[in-house]
Order: sequence, then structure tokens, then C-alpha cells
Amino acid sequence: MTKLDQVTSRVVCFTAENINTDQIIPARFLKRIDKSGFGNDLFTDMKPVEVFGLPDARQRQIMLCGPNFGCGSSQKHAVWTLRDFGFRVLISTAFADIFKENSLKNGVLTVTLEPAAHQQLVDAWQKNPEGEMTVDLEKQSITFAGLSIPFSINSFNRTCLLEGLDELGYILRHENQIQTFEAAR
Amino acid sequence: MQPKTLYDKIWESHVVVPETDAPAILFIDLHLIHEVTSPQAFDELRARNLRLRRPDLTLGTADHSIPTTTRALVRSDDPLAYDQVTKLDANCAEFGVELFGIQSDKQGIVHVIGPELGATQPGKTIVCGDSHTSTHGAFGALAFGIGTTEVGHVLASQCLLQRKAKNFEVRIDGQLREGVTSKDVILYVISQIGIGGGTGCVFEFTGSAVRAMNMDARMTLCNMSIEGGARAGLVAPDETTFEYLKGRLMSPKGAEWDKAVARWKELKSDEGARYDKQIVIDGATIEPMISFGTNPGMSMPITAKVPNAENEELKRALQYMDLKPGEPLLDHPIDVVFIGSCTNSRLTDLRAAASILKGRRVADNVRAVIVPGSQQIKKMAEAEGLDKIFVDAGAEWRESGCSMCIAMNADKLEPGQYSISTSNRNFEGRQGPGGRTMLASPLTAAASAVTGKVTDLRRMLKK
Repeated sequence: MTKLDQVTSRVVCFTAENINTDQIIPARFLKRIDKSGFGNDLFTDMKPVEVFGLPDARQRQIMLCGPNFGCGSSQKHAVWTLRDFGFRVLISTAFADIFKENSLKNGVLTVTLEPAAHQQLVDAWQKNPEGEMTVDLEKQSITFAGLSIPFSINSFNRTCLLEGLDELGYILRHENQIQTFEAAR
Repeated sequence: MQPKTLYDKIWESHVVVPETDAPAILFIDLHLIHEVTSPQAFDELRARNLRLRRPDLTLGTADHSIPTTTRALVRSDDPLAYDQVTKLDANCAEFGVELFGIQSDKQGIVHVIGPELGATQPGKTIVCGDSHTSTHGAFGALAFGIGTTEVGHVLASQCLLQRKAKNFEVRIDGQLREGVTSKDVILYVISQIGIGGGTGCVFEFTGSAVRAMNMDARMTLCNMSIEGGARAGLVAPDETTFEYLKGRLMSPKGAEWDKAVARWKELKSDEGARYDKQIVIDGATIEPMISFGTNPGMSMPITAKVPNAENEELKRALQYMDLKPGEPLLDHPIDVVFIGSCTNSRLTDLRAAASILKGRRVADNVRAVIVPGSQQIKKMAEAEGLDKIFVDAGAEWRESGCSMCIAMNADKLEPGQYSISTSNRNFEGRQGPGGRTMLASPLTAAASAVTGKVTDLRRMLKK
């Protein structure tokens, strides 16, 4: 997995509620049998002006998202699509469960903030939509337009992202325990 | 000892390494694979030179992107789908996975054939790269959808990294009214708690209304748990469950059967077990439901009026659906009726639809597509003459697959068309770009097919 420690970039602010995985990438695009090239089809049906109104959207690596972002299917393609488009960090007040797991496993950091802190960032972005934001995973902080907002993240997920640690490798290190478990059944 | 929920019990009996800062390592008893979310995972195995750890606990079928008009797969019809399906065939052959492929008489939607073959059993942990894996929870199995990366993890290790979820009891007491199905119940539940209401939780469906449901109905209920935000749904197994499983292809036989049933009978929440969240619903108050918006939470009783667009999300949804606040949905014209999907394509669903369509005609302006969940269901339905009822009524009777639920094959809506669909998602474009989906039960779908308009099926029930 690609490491992720610090991301500094301009920001997309698209805070509609309940954006589902079919809106991120409609199921009809899921037939490809590799993982790349999905970015061209991001939000292809809904074409939100918040994203496509920005000429440099694909250079912006951070997105402020709305609540329950990523609900719907368990398909991983939604994350591949966002990542392939250019996003490395998504910031919301709540992510859908499977989507959040998929993101963290695929090198996309999902930051969950309290609504008040999230709103501060949205307000600050509206005043300064071209400003650069820094998301520092090591320090667990977001800095933007004079704001410094701490965030919490599970230490296992943090380590995996920081070290580019692979979850399958982690599981397979427990081969002995798996064998013991299987033998006891 | 602390009383435990059913979820607690299944979880604890599958923990290989307990949860710390790191998630628990959980053992998986059954891994179902299909053509869409497995190719990249098998590539990963090859790239890392890993074996498939437990082919004996892995089952495959092709369902998502296959045609339902024919069993012949032609590359020029859809090269991408063809590649996916043939890749699945090749991967299963290479790694020794039992596959119920497109030509098999046991092929079907993955969440239909697991139970039908008796592979789905109480107390098992079951995963699949598909969010509607929650369906299998109807048997008291802990079943949930995973992503393709995790499909790779399970192929290689038969384990998953998981964090324990919260317990959410959804109790439905009382007796459902005539014409009200488990589809109406789950749409009602989601309309009450919202599509994020169950996030971080596993639902356990309890109460007399749930006990009275047959297995097909319980599967519908658990199937849509994910639409309420819960990763899994559970119903504790009982005599109805055992009756269903007895004698199925992969069910235990002889003395093993008796041992299994004795074990399964222990699979229930203890008296006094604590749930983190709870909702109690009087089943007798639920009416036939229909969705009016663009997520399953935007559902209402079929006799209700479209609500006010209180927020941007609702406003956008009503705009997409071209509906106005205060407008009744009853008598709204429709173009397509789809009866099928892992939610409502089982024999009792088809019987329900046939009970309405028998001796009636699908309206001239409506296309009705009926897609059985599996080849076995198709065969049973045909043995009962249901296919004849459907065809005589002017509906299309298909081969099994996911079909118009996900629009990955040729079955899709035209832009602007309205469908009444027995599937599980009414997202924008889900059934084809610009298509407008209204979710409902097979009874409501069939009744509306006859009139060509959104119809209260209770008007068509025999007095």
C-alpha cells in the first residue's frame, strides 16, 4: 500500500449529504477487471458543480465531504475512482462503514470530525477556496487558513497508512493462531 | 455470566486473535464469490504467490453482469461482462473453487443460492464481495459484505480484520396486515431510522411478526439491513429455519443433522442481553410501502402523499424523480415493473406476484420483467405453472441473475422512465441512467403492472 503521512493541497468542498457509491461511480462502470482508470468516470451522472466547476479539481487531493459519504454498495471501485481522480484525503462528519474501511485499506485517509470543527473548515474554505490545506497524519492535525484542527484516528489504521503496512501481511503473520483455530473446530 | 446477544455469541466463537488497537482477526466459514468483485483479488493471490487457503469453504457463481434473456454468453454483446465471467471460470478452475457458473442448473444470485444449497447455516460467518450478503443473516449466520481487498484477504487466509459492531434490536411485534410483506416492513424500518440509522451496528430482528415470517420473508428483511446502514442483520434460528435447511444439498445429514440442530438451538440472544440501540414497532400499523425518492429511506405508505422538500437532499431527490410535495403517488403512471433481485426473487415472491397476475393482463404501456433468483427457483416456478401465468399476463419470464436491479447487463431503464421494482436500491441511475425507481413488494409491483399506475394491491386481493 502507498504510504501517506502528510498531504498539502487545495481543497474540493462538496458537502451534500448521503453521497452513495453509485453516485461516485455508477455500477455500470464496474466491469473493468483491473483497478486503474476509474477516475475519468467520477460522479459521471451527477456532475456536481462543486467538483466540476473547479478547473483544477483533479489536482486537489483533499475533499470536504458531507455526512454519510460513501453509503450504498460495498464495491471498492468507489475508492479506486476517488483515488484515481486524485483524492488522498476525505474529511466528513461521518462516513459509511464499508466505504471507510475500503478507503483506509486503499491509501485514502478518511478523517471524521465533529460537526462544529467540520463546519469551521467549510466556512474557512468558502472565504478562501483557493487556499492550501495540510492534513498531517503523523501529528493528527489539519491546518488551513490559520485554523489548526486536531483529529483522532485508530492507531492501527494510522500505522498502516504511515508505514504503508499491508493488512494481508499482518493477517498472515498470525498463521500459527489460524492453524490452531482451524484445528480446534 | 453476562447475558449475550446472538451477535456476541457468533462473533466470540470466530475470533482467532482478539481486538486490541488492531482489529480482531475473525475466521470465516463460508466465502461466496462472483464475477464482479473477485478478479482483482485472484490477481493479488497470483502476484504474491499465495494459495487459496480453503477452497472447501469457497463457492462461486456468476450473477451480476450476465444476460437473463439467454444462457449463452456472447463476447460481442458485452465484451467486459464476457471477460469478467470467463475470468471467474478460469480463476475457479485454477484455484479449485466449486463454481455454479452460467451453465449450471444451480446457478443463481449469490444470496439466493447460498441458502438454497444449504451452504448458509446458522452460526456461520459468511462473507461475499457484495453488500447484500446481509441476506444470509436470516438463518442466524453472521453475514456481511466486504470489499475486493478483503476478498483477497479471505482467499489467502480464510480470515478478516474486523472490529466488533454494536447490537441494534429491531423488534417487530404484532401481526402484519393482509397485503403487507416483509419488504414493506424493512422499508418502514429504514424510513423510520434513516439510511444511516444502523451505521456501526448489526441488526437483530426480533418479535412475533418476525417469528411468523417464512425464510424467504426473513431473507428480504435481512437483505436490506445494509440499506439501513447496518452491515449485517440477524434472525435467531428456529423450527422454521431448520425445516428450510433439512435435506438441502449441503446441509448436514443423518446424525450430523441432529447434532447441528442441537447446536443451532443455542443460537439466540440470552434473556436480559443488552442492546446498544433498540426500536420497537407494532407490525399491525405497517401499510404497504413505496419509495418516492432516491434512497430507500425515502419511503412512505403507498396511500401517503409525497412529503415537503425540507432539505437539499429531498429537493434534489424530488427533482430527479419529477415529483412534487403533497402529490399522492397512487395512480402515478409507470413504465416498467421489475420483479426479481436478491431481495425479492424467491419462490414465495413469485407466487405472490402470480396471485395478483393470474387471470389479469399487464397494462399495454407497461413492460413487466420477472427474473427468478436461481435456476432451481425457475424450475420450481415452472413446475407450478407460474411462468404460464406471467407469460399469459404479458410479462417477460427470464433466466436467473441480478438483472435490472443493478443494470450491469442489457436490462435497464430508459432516461425518465418510472419503474416499480422489488429490488433494494432506488439510487439515481441505479436501474439505468436517468431511470426513476420506486421500491415496493412483489404484490405492489404486480398490482401496479396490471393498472399501469402505482396501485394499492389491497384493492386486488380476493375478498
